[in-house]
Amino acid sequence: MRKLLVIFSLVSLLLTAVAQAELTIEITEGIKRRPVAVVPFGWQGNSPDMPLDIAQVISSDLVRSGRFSTIPVDDMLQKPTTGVDMDFDDWSILGVEAVVVGTVTQSGENAYNVQFQLFDVFGRDQLLGYRMPASRGTMRRVAHRAADMIYEKLTGIKGVFDTKVAYVTAEQRGNGQLYSLIVSDQDGENEYKIMESTDPIMSPAWSPDSRRLAYVSFEGNRSSVFIQTLRTGNRIQVSSKPGINGAPAFSPDGRKLVLTLGGVDGNLDIHVLDINSKQAKRLTTHRAIDTEGSWSPDGRYIYFTSDRSGGPQVYRVSVNGGQAERITFDGSYNARPRLSPDGSKLAMVHLEDGNYRIAVMDLERKDLLILSGGRQDESPSFAPNSDTLIYATRQQRNGVLESVTADGLIRQRLTSGEGDVREPVWSPFQRF
Amino acid sequence: MPQFKLILASLLVALLAGCSSPTLPDPDPSETGYGESGSGADTDGYDSDGLGEGEFVDFDPSGGELASILYFEFDSSELRADDTETVTRHARQLAENANLKVRLEGHADERGSREYNIGLGERRSQTVRRMLLIQGASASQISTVSFGEERPAAFGSTEDAYSQNRRVEINYTN
Repeated sequence: MRKLLVIFSLVSLLLTAVAQAELTIEITEGIKRRPVAVVPFGWQGNSPDMPLDIAQVISSDLVRSGRFSTIPVDDMLQKPTTGVDMDFDDWSILGVEAVVVGTVTQSGENAYNVQFQLFDVFGRDQLLGYRMPASRGTMRRVAHRAADMIYEKLTGIKGVFDTKVAYVTAEQRGNGQLYSLIVSDQDGENEYKIMESTDPIMSPAWSPDSRRLAYVSFEGNRSSVFIQTLRTGNRIQVSSKPGINGAPAFSPDGRKLVLTLGGVDGNLDIHVLDINSKQAKRLTTHRAIDTEGSWSPDGRYIYFTSDRSGGPQVYRVSVNGGQAERITFDGSYNARPRLSPDGSKLAMVHLEDGNYRIAVMDLERKDLLILSGGRQDESPSFAPNSDTLIYATRQQRNGVLESVTADGLIRQRLTSGEGDVREPVWSPFQRF
Repeated sequence: MPQFKLILASLLVALLAGCSSPTLPDPDPSETGYGESGSGADTDGYDSDGLGEGEFVDFDPSGGELASILYFEFDSSELRADDTETVTRHARQLAENANLKVRLEGHADERGSREYNIGLGERRSQTVRRMLLIQGASASQISTVSFGEERPAAFGSTEDAYSQNRRVEINYTN
């Protein structure tokens, strides 16, 4: 199993970062990291060690966010496992803002309780106390969930550590390529191949409940759209018409897919497919390329790419049909629109001085902010908190993944061991 | 093994077009790897009862009698002038052999958005399709598929690779 590794991170768009070999995290003046401490959790159970080093997972999450640094365990003057043992003076000397302590208690053969507390060192106050049941199978998610709660308390932004990412890889195999559709935790752990094919796989899209993925497969040298249930691996073919079947995206209620159909004449248009009845309704009829539909979070509009004006630009059309309205006017190439889950921002691929970059448009102010710095960046996808995006960029010949905050200040590169990685899509919030 | 199929299809065309005897290619698929130009031309004739003398046929996928790959300029779905004759020959073959079927596979270079590139590849396939139809092929003989940038003929982010990838492959499917 390959593992996504954070090999490089934190580049301010405004400042040129100085590269240092083998650094996991790189800090620039673009953003000041807040020092916090995550004390190793106490353990009360039948075996010598707890099933998972929870404090390590929480610490990695906070550091990977780019907003926090954690002090080394060896520097800690005390290692309390509950709040009653906290000595705030020991922590204010070290200059940390907040301290996380906790305990894992075994309550059955495969039953545990994870409890943790978050303290504000300067205010000498408990900010959060929480307890969650866990099994060995859910322990890692419980740790991510704890990190999400801590992150939200300290930043006011919902954490996305307990989320997943899906992406496509391509590897050379004989004369051709082997394409795989992968789902992993947001930190690259638990990588799982849900589908592979010697024909291309494209355009994965999450259902709103995170249980299904829609994607395009070219098996049999024709394009088809499938919906696959992650838990069972079962899939249904929902569109396999003559010509193009592409660019699926779920409606906010999960009952419909927007997709692109080309027909025998190859006129790509936006259609909305009712998944149960398989009835498709055509929303655009222009003879130009209309594709890459994406729903507004309120379910009222489809944003899409069209080259009806010459080059590709972003338009939107009501889900009831009617006249399309042009949204982007800045530059000659704006494609693959994706709305932030809060509906305030539109991410796209934007051509800037010969480079394809990820840009975000504030839908109220209409200004465009370029977030990425590669030559061929593509496939932006918002995290469910609307604060961060993931996208694909090139490292030599291979595609690798990067994430960036929507303000452009924190950028991280994720890479995987082999192959060409593309089309990352961030899952919605996971349910317990 | 698109090229291998192409060779078989080409032989079929040759046969249907009135050649007196078939020639068979070396059926080693490794000899007919995708993207190798002209290597499939290594054919052997053989004699058999009732059949006349065979003849060697030279297949050149890059522009000869049965050329199957057409290249396009950046951001264009216009056929190059020197390719129109090639398409005309395919149209004639299809018109004269109603049981022949082709799949037009459109491709784009890697720049820009993937699904939009699917659209650009399809636009190129449709240019070829329309020309085939105008010149006598029937709609039921032609299917199109666009792979966009997903199945490059050449890897790398160079102008040379891009120009090899902006293409339509005409593949006979029977």
